[in-house]
Amino acid sequence: MEFKDYYEVLGVERSASTDAIKKAFRRLARKHHPDINPSPDSAARMQALNEAYEVLRDDERRAAYDQVGQGVRDGQPFRPPPGWNSGFEFSGAPADPGDEGDHSAFFEALFGAARRRASQGHRHGDTPRAQGRRGQDHHAKIVVPLQDAFHGATRTLTLHRPACDEAGHVVMQERMLQVAIPKGIRSGQQIRLMGQGSTGLGDGAPGDLYLEVAFAPHALWRVDGRDLNLTLPVAPWEAALGAEIELPTPDGSVAIHVPAGSQTGRRLRLRGRGIPGREPGDLYVQLEVVLPPAPDDKARDAYRAMARDLAFDPRPHFGADP
Amino acid sequence: MSTSEIVVGLCIEGDQALDLDAFAQACGLEAGFVRVLVDEGLLQPTVEQPAWRFDGEALARAQRIRRLQRDFEANLQSVAVMLDLIDEVERLRTQIGPVE
Repeated sequence: MEFKDYYEVLGVERSASTDAIKKAFRRLARKHHPDINPSPDSAARMQALNEAYEVLRDDERRAAYDQVGQGVRDGQPFRPPPGWNSGFEFSGAPADPGDEGDHSAFFEALFGAARRRASQGHRHGDTPRAQGRRGQDHHAKIVVPLQDAFHGATRTLTLHRPACDEAGHVVMQERMLQVAIPKGIRSGQQIRLMGQGSTGLGDGAPGDLYLEVAFAPHALWRVDGRDLNLTLPVAPWEAALGAEIELPTPDGSVAIHVPAGSQTGRRLRLRGRGIPGREPGDLYVQLEVVLPPAPDDKARDAYRAMARDLAFDPRPHFGADP
Repeated sequence: MSTSEIVVGLCIEGDQALDLDAFAQACGLEAGFVRVLVDEGLLQPTVEQPAWRFDGEALARAQRIRRLQRDFEANLQSVAVMLDLIDEVERLRTQIGPVE
């Protein structure tokens, strides 16, 4: 595994005070928090920040980290020294128990075992069962094409999680799951895979895996809950005279009637053409009148004829007075 | 070291929505704290009678509350304001559509 320079992650000197570390974390958290920053790598950035802060804010963890990290640079190959797991005891507050699996293999190798020991005793929100304890629930995101909501699909998902091998070393385990995506799924919904979380302790049942579903962005459709939105470009004569226009939907093409006298911005609804379900969503089409270019005399004459023959004032609301 | 298996999950909505205990476990929160979040209006059960049930959107929201609280050491009132602002920003982003 690779060494992680937690000081570099937080952008502080190795000699930084706990206060300076806290300030640096807060500043970077405000910038990169995935609930605030929509960029796709913000979750990974925040995870790295949390991990670095979790180690450096705690005097004992920081001291242990400084000791193994002497002379090692970020990204260099790294192996924890022999006897590491038994050599340190941490009395510091147990790390957040809901976050197992949110740490790098590097962190797990150094602090995973101590953390698990520490969290045996006090885990909030979980009464100890008579025998063993239920494994933790895991969470992951899955991005699927919008078409899956219309037809259902089976998608392959690769997950990484830390696990102990036979010698007790922490290794990142990769596993592949084939997940059935049900027809009618919407963005933001969660698929619960029973028994696919952490294994339980003793006789405890395994936890569950929750997959939060999101749709891959699409060039044509915007999804809003069950409804789809589409911008439909139309020629001026289609808008003025009315037209039947074929438009693509994830479920095949449908014809839509554009009423005569339509303008840009007019919204038309195709009932029940959104995401299927007991109450299927609707498909909203917003018209956008697109003008033909006028690169030659023929086109320009057509515009001149309109200017001459149509009594049209596009700005009646401007009034006569400036 | 990879294994492949086909797993069929259930979408947590309707009959499959989570009861309070399963929901609390899934969020990594205490059931009592989930009650506080509902009482303070930060979280809304999908079904209220005969017993609370929560769907996937509530789960994502509870996890967001947990993250905001932890990462900013924010109190519930600040988290509530952040949630409202985040909802508003997301609504506006959906209206605008994809921005290059």
